[in-house]
This record gives sequence, C-alpha cells and structure tokens, in this order.
Amino acid sequence: MWNLLKIELFKIFKRPRTYIAFGAIAIIVFLFQIALWFEGKTYIDLILSNLDTTFDFSDQFKHRLLNGYFICFAVLNILLIQMPLLVALIAGDAIAGEANMGTLRLSLTRPVSRTQYMLGKFLASLIYTMALLVFLAILALFGSMLLFGTNDLIIFRSSSIHQMTSDDVFWRYIAAFAYATLALTTVSSLALLLSVFAENAIGPIIATMSIVIVFTILSEMNIPFYDRTIKPYLFTTHMVAWKGFFYVRSNEEGATIKGSIENLPAIFKSFSILVVYIFVFTGTAIWIFRKKDILS
Amino acid sequence: MIYKLSFSFKRDKGFRKYLFAIMIFLFTTTQIEAQNAEAILQKLKQKLEKVNDYEARGKMKMNVVFIKAPVADVKVYYKKPNMLRIINDNGISFIPKGSVNISLNNIFADLQNFDIIDAGNDSAGLHVIKMLPKGDTADIVLSTLYIDEKNLLIKKSKTTTRENGSYELLMSYGKYAEYELPDKIVFSFNTKDYKLPKGITLDYDEGTEKNNDKLKNKKGTVEIIYSNYVINKGIDNKIFLH
Amino acid sequence: MADIIVAKNLFKQFRKIIAVDDLSFSVPEGKIYGFLGQNGAGKSTTIRMLLTLIEPTNGQIEIFGLNLKKHRKKILKRIGAIIESPDTYKYLTALDNLQIFATMSGIRLSDKQLLDHLDKVGLAERAKSKVKTYSQGMKQRLGIAIALINDPELIILDEPMNGLDPQGIVDIRNLILHLSREMKKTLLVSSHLLTEMELIADSMLIIDKGKKVVEGKMTELFDPAETMVELQTNNAPDVYEKLRQTDLNKYLSSKRGDYILFRLHRNNVPILIKRLVQMDIDIISLFSKHSLENYFLSLTTENQHVESFKD
Repeated sequence: MWNLLKIELFKIFKRPRTYIAFGAIAIIVFLFQIALWFEGKTYIDLILSNLDTTFDFSDQFKHRLLNGYFICFAVLNILLIQMPLLVALIAGDAIAGEANMGTLRLSLTRPVSRTQYMLGKFLASLIYTMALLVFLAILALFGSMLLFGTNDLIIFRSSSIHQMTSDDVFWRYIAAFAYATLALTTVSSLALLLSVFAENAIGPIIATMSIVIVFTILSEMNIPFYDRTIKPYLFTTHMVAWKGFFYVRSNEEGATIKGSIENLPAIFKSFSILVVYIFVFTGTAIWIFRKKDILS
Repeated sequence: MIYKLSFSFKRDKGFRKYLFAIMIFLFTTTQIEAQNAEAILQKLKQKLEKVNDYEARGKMKMNVVFIKAPVADVKVYYKKPNMLRIINDNGISFIPKGSVNISLNNIFADLQNFDIIDAGNDSAGLHVIKMLPKGDTADIVLSTLYIDEKNLLIKKSKTTTRENGSYELLMSYGKYAEYELPDKIVFSFNTKDYKLPKGITLDYDEGTEKNNDKLKNKKGTVEIIYSNYVINKGIDNKIFLH
Repeated sequence: MADIIVAKNLFKQFRKIIAVDDLSFSVPEGKIYGFLGQNGAGKSTTIRMLLTLIEPTNGQIEIFGLNLKKHRKKILKRIGAIIESPDTYKYLTALDNLQIFATMSGIRLSDKQLLDHLDKVGLAERAKSKVKTYSQGMKQRLGIAIALINDPELIILDEPMNGLDPQGIVDIRNLILHLSREMKKTLLVSSHLLTEMELIADSMLIIDKGKKVVEGKMTELFDPAETMVELQTNNAPDVYEKLRQTDLNKYLSSKRGDYILFRLHRNNVPILIKRLVQMDIDIISLFSKHSLENYFLSLTTENQHVESFKD
C-alpha cells in the first residue's frame, strides 16, 4: 500500500500540469495582496460603509483592520471556491487519465488489488490536497502576516461582526485549514468516482466542477423550499464550515469569550456529513472499479 | 368671573395686595429654584474646570447586538474645552460617534448659551436639570442632567443632538470624584441597521445569525471602567487628530 | 507436460454483443502458443480475461493450476504481458517507468539492475530519456522490458510486432524463440502476422466470432509443406468442370469467379503447371499462397480481404 502511494505521488509530482495549481494559487494570492496593499483602504471603506454613521473609523482603525489575518481570511473566502477545480484536476485524472494513456491496463495486470490501487489514488489525492493547502497557508497566511503584520481579526458576516484578539487567531487558522482539507477531499473523492466512468480526464473534471457550482448556488440561495429540503444535505453547504472557527461566542454583556467557538456542534455536524460523503463517494468508486471491465 | 375678579381687584385693595404677594412669592421661588439650578451648574463648572486635561487607562466593553468584540484596553485622552479621544493602543476598537460627548465639558464650556430648567428631583433623589440651547445652530438640541446634589456629581445625562442622534451617559464615581471624573461610564447610543449581502460574505449558516428585525433600531452601549487618571500633566494636541 | 493455462467454457457478453462464446482451450507449458483470429474475433477480450482486466460472464480459468479468480495476485506475480500497444508514462523516463512497474510487481531493483534490463532490449543508452521521445519500436521494446521485469513464467503478448520495422520484427521473433527455447518460458502470442506465427508457434488456437474454430499443434492441423495455388483463367467454371474429369481433380479445392484454387504438396506444383499447359488452359495468373494463411482464411469466414476468394 505504501509503495503504491509512493508511486502515485511520484507520478503526480513529476507531471508538469500538477504545478499549474500551485502557480495559480501563488498568482491569485500575490495579486490579491498587491491589490490590498495599494487599494486596501477603499476595500475597507466599502465594508464599513454600513457602519460609518454609528462609529468613528480613524485611519489607524482601518490600517489595523487591514492586517495579515484579515487579508488571509479574505483570500480564503475567494480562493476556497476555486480550489475545488484545482483538486478536481488531479483526482479527475486519476483513473480516466490512466485509461486515456493506456497505462491502466498495464497497471492492473500487476499483482495489486483494485481496491489497493484505488486507495492509493485516493490517498495520493489527499496528500496533494494537503500540499496545496500548506502552500496556500504559507502564502496567504504567513505571507500576509509578513506583509501586513498582525492585529485583531474582525470578520464581517451578513448580519453580525465578530472580533477576536490577535493572540486568539492563529489556532483558528490551523483548524480552518485542517477542515478545508476535509472539504476539498470531498470534492476529490467525487472527482475520483466520476473518473472511474471515463476514459478522458476532461469529462470528470468538468462534471465535478459543474456539480460543485450548482450545489454551491443552491447552498447560497435563500429559497425556503430548498432551505428545508435539500440544502442541509448538500456537501457544499458544509464545505464552508471552516468559517465557523472564526465565529466567536460572547457573554451576556456582549464581550467575546477568548478561545470560544459560537457553534462547535454545528461544525462537528458538518464535519460528519462530509466524512459520510467521502466514504460514500470513495466506497462507490472502489466498488464500481472492482467490477469494471478494463477495455482501454 | 374675570369681570368679577377685575371688579374685585379695582375695588378691593387688600385682595390686590394679597395677589401681588402670591405673584412675588411664585416669581421669587422660581427665580430661587432657577438660581439653585444655575448655582449647581456653576459649582459643577468650577469643579470641571479644575481639570485641564487627563489621560486615563480603562477597560472598554462594547455591547451592540450585531458586534461581538473583546474587552479592550483603552486610553482616554481629554483636553479642555472639548477634545476627547478614545484610543486602543495595540488592538482595534469600535468607537461610537459622539463619544466626544463622554465628557460633559461641551455643555459646561458654553453654559451661558443654554436655558436652564429645573425639573425637580426624580424618584432616585437626583436633581434633574434640563438645558435647552438658546440658538438654533448648536448640535445639541436638549440635554438633561441627573445630579447628586449632595456630592455634586453628575450621575446621568441624556442628550439629543441634531447630527448624532441621542445618547445617554451613566456615571459612577470613586476616588476621582473631586475632579468629577467617573470610575465607570456607560455610554448608550443609537445603532443603525447592519447588513452585508450574503453573496459577498458567503457565510457558514450554522443557525446562530439573528433575525434581521431584532437588529433594527437598537441601542448599543460602551462601558469604560477606568483604572487610573493622570490629570493636568499636559497632552499634545496631535493625539486628538485622526 | 502440464497445461499452464486451462480455460473452460469462457463466455463474455457486453450488453447485447457476445464477444466470446463457449471458448475452451489449454496452453501447454514451455511452448509458444499462437492465438489467431480476425479483427473482432474475440482475441483481445480473451487475453484480457486471462489477465483479469475483464470479468468473464461465465466460465473458468486456471493458471498454474490455480483458480484465477481466487488467486489473482499470486498468479499475476508470475505473468508478464503486453496488451495491444505497450503504453507507458510518456512524461517519465524509461528508467522511471521500469521502476514503477517493478515496484507494482513487488520487486525492488536498483538503478543498475534496471539498466541491465533495458540493456537487454537495447534501450540502456536512452534510459534517462522521456518516453515521449521514443520511436514506436523503442516503445515496443520498453513494453517487453516491462513485461519481463518480474522474470515471469508465463508471458502473454498481444500483437507484439505491431508497428515494427522488418529488423524489429526479426528481433522480437528471436526474443520469443529465445524465451521459449532457452529460458523455458511459456508464451501465448496473438498476432496478425501469420507468416511469423508459422515460424514460431508450436501450437495454436484459431477463433472466429468468439468461438473456437480449431486448436492443436501446428504439425497436426496442417502440413506446412502443403501449399495453395490460385489460378486465374477465362471461363473458370467450365475449366473447373473440365479439370474435375481429369487426374487433377485430387488437387481441386474450390472456385470463385475467375479463380480456381488447388491444394497440393509443393513438390507437385510443377506437375500441375505442366498439365495445365498441356490441357491448353488459359493461364492469366498463377499464384502460390502460404500454408498457414491459406489454412486460416479457409477456416475463418466472409470478411476476407483476399480478392481471389471473393464471391
């Protein structure tokens, strides 16, 4: 099993297209950081426009608000929507790409079980996802901290604002990135499942992205019919639960409680739902692959 | 009846004297009360004028329904006649508009431009004095002070302004009472609706976001508990620049 | 001598198409077993069933005396195979490819050992070049190196000479003979090159439309010394009837259009020609066909592309 995993990782990281994802992340983060370096005040003014009749926002306030932690949150807000595509690029290619290259038939005449083969593919996708997120963390979190410094983090939700002191932020990012790994693994397991049906990687990649986009739209729409029926069960609804680590609890007087999470049970529930999805997608992929006639 | 009264007034010198005495009494009483209110305010003004400037350390707690903020270590700077600034040295704090009115010196600096109305005592035994600006141009429309007359301390004030809505101050005093500097101040202010489109925030909906209606037309409070004051040591005007 | 592969009543249906229909055969140990059939006859499907790439709808396969379904891993450890074109990871080097498939076969080899393997197929000098720079022949040789990496007892080669130049074909032929004769390997070779199969195969299986047509040792199925002679003449039906009345009747096989086919020992060909001239029969062309090719074509059905056999 370990040998199969090593082989899969070797194949992934030897392939030039793998680095497209890393390059894309670097460019997006870098562009975002540059934009906020020069135009951050305008961005802040936009966010605070709702509040400037109630509060006085000095330049110092705005400067401190635009710190590395805030920038990282803003980057993740955008990037973690695009990341599923980068993950699907590899996972969608896992089986379909091998079929297309003709190497699938050669591999499966080796004395390895199909289950082990698929698990090797799944674990390699997982490690690749983790590598992407570590890379993202280095650029978006550490890079932003270096460029913009650190201070309290203020999160602007649609109807509330959550502030946590700077010494109460870093651990939340660790938790958020760990959760994001799970969220993206859900996407890669879907892409792996779709890859089993295809002999060309384009199909599973596009199909995965289409599903993620449609489900994300359904998750974000506020139509009561969907809110009650399908929204709680869509995996895209639960993929954004990483943000829950930044929603803090407050006491009766309204002051935040350091180290708290507003609704930890909800995050656990989302976590469990995603784990179930991963099991179902991967399990189904393995089951189908075991029975599949290899005609490529 | 008025005919009869005027007829009596013309005819009855004693009655006229009696009525005149009542009027003098009422006028004098009112004037005395007014003088009392004015006297109280003047005494307060003298007390307040003892403080040219101060730098205070304190812990600031914000209680606004849509903001969850930590207790912050702040410094409050004041300089006569009406400069006040709350600064969070290291972190970030939401400072409500009109927080300059935490210091009541705005009113006391300009006392002669206010009509003073003595509204007697309230149920808590505080002397209630209303102040109406004489002109139409001032920002303050009405200010009501609740004063502990015995100790000469302003315990509460309610002020309505043209530009910044209305706010309320609750003060409690300790060792700096002689300077009219509170140990604790609670500043209440109006908050406007806060809303950002969900399509921008892409929130994680875990069921704790409050119903919109509850957020409307609420009041927020800022509570500052002062730990110490450094009084009359001189403060650079630069601190008050944004 | 034991049979390395024993296939019984193999049946494979893809939706409505029956690809393999009640096929039984056995491959003897240490021999070269030829597997012949037209395009679409079911050869690839059968080979893929032997290699567990396809699950038979019905039937049983035993290899090395073990049930293939139950002992898949154990069996595959002892098999090497090339299926159709030997596709490898083009973005990797030959060395990388060999290392990957060696590892998947459960073998640890050093770079030196891998280079030795590549040297045997003449690729040592290009070991560190990416496979995408290789010619078709080089890719085929790499495929063979991969098939032999685990020193298999049974080697299955599906169209191993496809796309090779004449020298390449000779090299593969010699390799196959070496593996069988010197290394005592068992080989199952499917190929369209009937002339090559005639040269190397010890026994063969011919299938058509998924069914077995014939199976057996080459020497028992047809006499390689026998040849087919094709005569093109005017008014072939009348000539055919005339020849039937003569001593040449024993050589007559069939007629089609302007063509008459004779089957006879090659030593008798000059006699046939003399007699045709003596009988004043118009000879527009006279053509001798290879025996296996003729045998094969005579057994397999309508989709024949040789003009002389068209109705």
